[in-house]
Amino acid sequence: MDNVIKLSNVNKIYGTTIKTQVLFDVDLAVQQGSFNGIIGASGSGKSTLLNIVGTLDKPTSGEVFIGGQRTDQMNKNELARLRNETIGFIFQFHYLLPEFTAFENVLMPYYIKNKKIDRKLEARAHELMDLVGLSKVKNNLAGNMSGGQQQRTAIARSLINNPKIILADEPTGNLDSETTEIIYELLRDINKDFGTTFVVITHDRRIAEKTDRIIEIKDGKIYTDFARF
Amino acid sequence: MRLAFRIALRFLTSSKGQTALIAVGIAVGISVQIFIGSLIEGLQISLLDATIGSASHITVNPSEKNTPIDDSGDIETWLSTNYSEITAISPTLSKGAFLKIDDVTEQIVFRGFDPEKANTIYKFDEAMIEGSFNLTGNEVVVGKDLALENDLKIGDDYDIITPEGSVSTVRIVGYFDLKVAAINKSWMIGTIDEARTIFGYEDHQITALEMQIETPFDADLLSEIMISDSVRNDIGFDNWKAQNEQLLSGLNGQSTSSLMIQVFVVISVVLGIASVLAITVLQKSRQLGILKAMGINDRTSSLVFLFQGFILGILGGILGIIFGLGLLLSFSKFALNADGTPVVPIFINYSFIGLSGLIAVTASTLASIIPALKSKKLSPIEVIKNG
Repeated sequence: MDNVIKLSNVNKIYGTTIKTQVLFDVDLAVQQGSFNGIIGASGSGKSTLLNIVGTLDKPTSGEVFIGGQRTDQMNKNELARLRNETIGFIFQFHYLLPEFTAFENVLMPYYIKNKKIDRKLEARAHELMDLVGLSKVKNNLAGNMSGGQQQRTAIARSLINNPKIILADEPTGNLDSETTEIIYELLRDINKDFGTTFVVITHDRRIAEKTDRIIEIKDGKIYTDFARF
Repeated sequence: MRLAFRIALRFLTSSKGQTALIAVGIAVGISVQIFIGSLIEGLQISLLDATIGSASHITVNPSEKNTPIDDSGDIETWLSTNYSEITAISPTLSKGAFLKIDDVTEQIVFRGFDPEKANTIYKFDEAMIEGSFNLTGNEVVVGKDLALENDLKIGDDYDIITPEGSVSTVRIVGYFDLKVAAINKSWMIGTIDEARTIFGYEDHQITALEMQIETPFDADLLSEIMISDSVRNDIGFDNWKAQNEQLLSGLNGQSTSSLMIQVFVVISVVLGIASVLAITVLQKSRQLGILKAMGINDRTSSLVFLFQGFILGILGGILGIIFGLGLLLSFSKFALNADGTPVVPIFINYSFIGLSGLIAVTASTLASIIPALKSKKLSPIEVIKNG
């Protein structure tokens, strides 16, 4: 299978006067359609790695390829388009737009694509909301929903543009264990049904063990990389 | 574009209190601007109307003092056919004379007019306080002060003595009040034919030709053109501006100070909106970060704030026009003279008000440029990292 994500020799150094190196010569390839877990202690560099993969941050040196395209040399607008069309984000703190309803939040990446919303797409948004079990709270403002509902909205949102990749940074970090279980089942189902590639950061080993591959980051380097397919 | 507008609108409607506060802020500024602008304009128009509304704007005089203008009909025809700007034209024969009242004589100015033509400039029929302005033969009307001080009676005949010593009899048929003491004290108005008889002028002779034009402020330019067009060297052209320099500099000073006030009001409005919008960028930085992570480009994220400024400008402009008109209306209703007329007649200039609305929209859109640039610079990673 093709590598949908490929990092080679990626270094990340923060600061100009006092330099802190967070990533050291990271090489990583992620196969299309795989479900990957990244684990590591806080401060190990796993979020930085995910942000670089998601093109939200730039590597200090090294090359990053997303879907075969080199991203570390793209300009801001090219990156924005790439993110919009190829990558779906699920963050720990949900990051919905509180001024918009759950339904509008789900459609937002599609609006950004500069396309008009047609019936087919609305139907798809409804379908996604049903999929994540939010049919009843579609028209609630994002700010008026529970944490679990917000997180499920964020999942539906990450799927609307049919991205090849979904990047999730501790998507269940502040949810109870029951909801955590439901959300992971949901992500796995999506992975199976749509063939979407997942890269998920988690601190929960039990969850990590349910993934196809566990990558452990320690002190800015890949410490262990364990696949089971 | 549509998305940016949608987001801008949603940001504004989701914090209604703040939006209303900003819009009212703009509205107050714009209403003050409209109020001051309209007040000063009304003041100037009424002042101008009082000064030159019933006076000649351009006057044809003989080049040599105290000589008649010959062939006046030709000049009148030439002017009225060649200059469409002229709204009223009236030949006059005016000369000093003495009015004999019993044993005393009173110095007067006898003004011979064609009553119909003169009326278009001086509005004598409106100025009559007794009698009528339908003059025929030797009928005359006199200023009310002249009549009062000398106890002149309507229907009585009086003798007029010219400086040359000839005597004619006139009959007073009315009094007028032109609201200028000097005129009310000295003018006697009769027909131009009667004036010719009294002063021994020929039928084609007059002493001056008075004109009003469409835009009184162009009087100096138009009189220059008339001077260069004119083929006769026995006549000259005077305009009201040359004779009222003090008034003009007063009006100019007033216009400038009014403009200064308006400019500063607009500047304070712009600064106010800019600072409030700059704060909203901070308020919304989280949302902008999310949108950028989802792939909104910098242009659209800047447009969100430009649209916010634009929408606030429209809201503030409309409110400001309503407030401004309300202020004007209440001012003209409550600030009254003793006789019940407004202290300053309010003049509503729709294009000025439209311009003020446009200023509100432009100013607040301009004010949103800085926040828009800030929004452009915002990087999604800052939001993601800092939560």
